[in-house]
Parts: sequence; C-alpha cells; structure tokens
Amino acid sequence: MELKGLFLKANNELENTGNLLKSRRVICRKCAKPVSVARIRKNSFICPECGHYFQVRARRRILMLTDKRSFMEMDREMESRNILGFPGYEEKLSAAKEKSRETEGVICGEASIGGSRVCIFAMDGNFMMGSMGAVVGEKITRLFEYATDRHLPVIGVTVSGGARMQEGMVSLMQMSKISAAVKRHDNQGNLYIVLLTNPTTGGVDASFAMLGDITLAEPGARVGFAGPRVIEKTLNQKLPEGFQKAERVLECGFIDAIVPRQEQKEYLDRLLKLHGF
Amino acid sequence: MKDYDIVKAARSELRFTSVDFIGLTVKDFTELHGDRLFGEDRAVIAGIGRIGDTAVTVIGIEKGKSTEERIEHNFGSAMPEGYRKALRLMKQAEKFQRPVICFVDTAGAYCGINAEERGQGRAIAECLAEMSDLKTPILSIVIGEGGSGGALALSHADRIWMLEDAYFSVVSPESCANILWKTPERADAAAEALGLTAARLYELGLIDRVVRCDEIPELEKRIAEQIRELQGLSVETLVSQRYRKFRKVGY
Ligand SMILES: [Zn+2]
Repeated sequence: MELKGLFLKANNELENTGNLLKSRRVICRKCAKPVSVARIRKNSFICPECGHYFQVRARRRILMLTDKRSFMEMDREMESRNILGFPGYEEKLSAAKEKSRETEGVICGEASIGGSRVCIFAMDGNFMMGSMGAVVGEKITRLFEYATDRHLPVIGVTVSGGARMQEGMVSLMQMSKISAAVKRHDNQGNLYIVLLTNPTTGGVDASFAMLGDITLAEPGARVGFAGPRVIEKTLNQKLPEGFQKAERVLECGFIDAIVPRQEQKEYLDRLLKLHGF
Repeated sequence: MKDYDIVKAARSELRFTSVDFIGLTVKDFTELHGDRLFGEDRAVIAGIGRIGDTAVTVIGIEKGKSTEERIEHNFGSAMPEGYRKALRLMKQAEKFQRPVICFVDTAGAYCGINAEERGQGRAIAECLAEMSDLKTPILSIVIGEGGSGGALALSHADRIWMLEDAYFSVVSPESCANILWKTPERADAAAEALGLTAARLYELGLIDRVVRCDEIPELEKRIAEQIRELQGLSVETLVSQRYRKFRKVGY
C-alpha cells in the first residue's frame, strides 16, 4: 500500500492502514478537505466536515453495533476454493485477504445488543467488493439455521456488488440457498433485521437483503438490483438524481427507515426490546 | 460446440420459445393475467392446463418471435410485476395442489429505472423465498437462456432440467470479460471459465437432467413421469428434499 505523503486519498484504505495513520489525515473524497483519521474514527467513520460516510470493515461494524466484548465469531476458518478452476481467482482471493485482513467476505457470529442475544452477520466491502461466493453463502446459511434452532433474531449488515463471477452458478445459487434458510427462520416466527449499507446490489439485493422483517439503511447508501452503468447503457439516458439512493428507495416503499450511523445500535436495541427480547 | 457457441445458439431468434414448449406439452392451456398489484407483464406468460392427465400451472418467460412480438414481450426480460404474477399463480397452484412447470428463457431480469423503482430485487427475492416453501411439486426447464437472477427466480424447483444447448450463468460472458479483462472480445474465454453449459452444470451437480434435442418430441411424457414421481412424495418430504437440494450447493 502507498503510504508516501501526508495525505492519503482514501475511502476503503482508511481502515487498512491501521495504526500507521493514527496521527495522519486523509482527503475526504466528498468535500476534498483534509481530515484527521483520529477524528473520523471518533465520529463513527463519518467525515466531521461534510458528513460523508466512509466504508466500515465488517469486524468494526460488528463492534459498533454490539455490546462490548460480546461477539463470538462462528466459522472463521472457512476459506474459498477455486471450484471451477477460474483463471486468476486464487490471486484475487489472496489480494482480497491481504486488503481486508479477513479470510472471506462475511463475518458471522453471536453477540448481544443492549443485553439481548442475537446472531449477527456483516459483509466486508474490502473483500472482492463484498461479492458472494459459496463460503459467504454457507456462512450466512449456517447462521440462519443456528438462529432458527435457538429462536434467535438475526441482524444482517449488507454491502455487496452481488454474486461472485469466479464461482459461476455455484455463487448464483447461494441466493436460493440463503433465501430458503431465511424463509425457514421466518416460518418459525423469528425476527430478521437487515441494515443496507453502500452499496447493496445484484444478487444480494435480489435475495436476503430484501427479505428482512425490518429493513433499515444507512443514509445515501446505493440499493438496487442492476448496476447504474448497465441501466444507463440499456436505456441510453442519464439516471435521475438520487436514483437507487436509500432515500429514494424508501420513497418507493422498499425500506422501513434510514438510520444514521451514530444511532444504529440504539435503534436496533429498541427494535429488539419491542419484540420482547 | 464450444461453450460460447452454445450461448449464441441459446440466443438464436430461430429457437423454440416458451409458447412453443407450452403448445408442445400442455393441453387446454388457459392463460391468466396480471399480478394484482401493478400490472400485466407480457414477458411472463402463465396459466393453467393439462400435462398427461394432471392439471398443472405453467409459467414461461417468453421472448416472442416477430419484431412486434419481441417488443410486446420485452425481449423476454421481465419486470417485477412479471415475477409477482408468477408468484401469485404459484401460490394459486399450491392452493389447488397443482404441480408447477416453469419454462425459463431470459437474458436477465429487466434493467431499468421503472423496474428498480418497483423493486426488481425484492420481486426476485420473494420468488426464491416463497418457492423454497411451496407445498406442491415444481419443475423448471431452461429452454434457452438462463440469464442470472432473472432466470434463477423461476428455478427454485424440485428438479431443474436444461436443454443440451441452453446455458445458465451468473453473468453474461460479455459482461464477465468486460469486467475482468476489460474487453468483451474475450467472451469465448469467459464462457469457458464460467462453466455455464448444461453438461458442465450437470457434472457439477447443480441441475438434474440434460434434455437432448432429439428428446423434445417426447417431452410431455417425460414431464408427466417426473410430475408423477414428485406427486408420490408427501408434502413434508418434498419441501425438505427441496431445501436440501439447494442447501448442499457449494458445500
Ligand atoms: Zn468530507
């Protein structure tokens, strides 16, 4: 990673540079102002100058939403294989592991929120853009099955470009597999709350991201099935302002509430308590 | 044939479409319209009819043949209301204990502003979740293009069949080549890598049967046999077998 210079043009990179950058600053990609990393961290990874939402790693996301030291991870050891022998996939996986410092694109486990026991998963946008392959599908499915057996609520944080091309139909069918597990959890009267973060698109949008009992989103998050460039190319026209932004998707009737990052934990806590947890 | 030639064959305008397969296999086909929520999507044709001596619900993604028809059917790219019509009629099939037959042939769900604003993602997700639990047999046959989520939405079945010259893929080979190698020119290499042919998907255990083209004349008989077999199972067995079928994918 390039660390030269005082400023780092950063969005995702913010998290990867770790302690090295504690005293440093980044240029906010939205307002272009230099902001100290320490201030951004203290401000829930929101730019204190303009309110821009920086991407948050899965592991930190879970820390931000759950009670201190309550998270117990499940299935951390699972790693992807190159099922189809897809050219260049191993290299992509190694690069993703290095970039995200995780073994795969989702982290799952059990934790508590305001004292209530929950199952939680968070996808990681730094791992091949949060794409969903067999391991992501399997981990989320196992989490739903675990939660169904124990009558636990599931909290899910999504960020994804969709199904992972390098695993072909195996990755596409993870949509079917997870949706079936969500349905079983649902049939038993269990609660599933999903928090959509930027971006949640493709096969993830067309499956478990859209199957929550309650659907929350971060301000400004892109939420949609088709990529904006694909649509522009198909229609040969410019997309309207705010298209596929969480605020617009709420107006269209597909999101229950937009919740600012600083309020999310308290919001989840309240919803859990309203469901008797 | 190379994999990319199969993709091209699956897209051929001279191919049989869902209408032809319904004509070939379903007697007394009676079309039903509308999703009861927003509208009627002609990319999905659906209704009831008879296969062998069993009343069935039939759903097909239709591309149309003449230019006029192709426009009417939106080139086989369904809107959310198309998937919601399909789901409405599948629920109706469950009520009357009719097996469901889906003919799948689409380059993908429609990508447009209106489709997004009416919840294309949610419409597909609902099909997946509800079909996983539908208490009646489902057979899906990919007769041409199995284009990503738009095709998957009607493939959450007890049995998935594919014609030998059909394809089913997570992404079109052109987009895949474009994203990975920055050129659509290498679509043939992408097609190879994606493992999207019926033969390869059968080998991977993701589909249940490859239908040879010379078997098409007897397709009604084959479907009738398959329905009978599935109807022999209790509803609990049927639904739990369907769960396990998808549960084991990739693991
Ligand atoms: Zn800023």
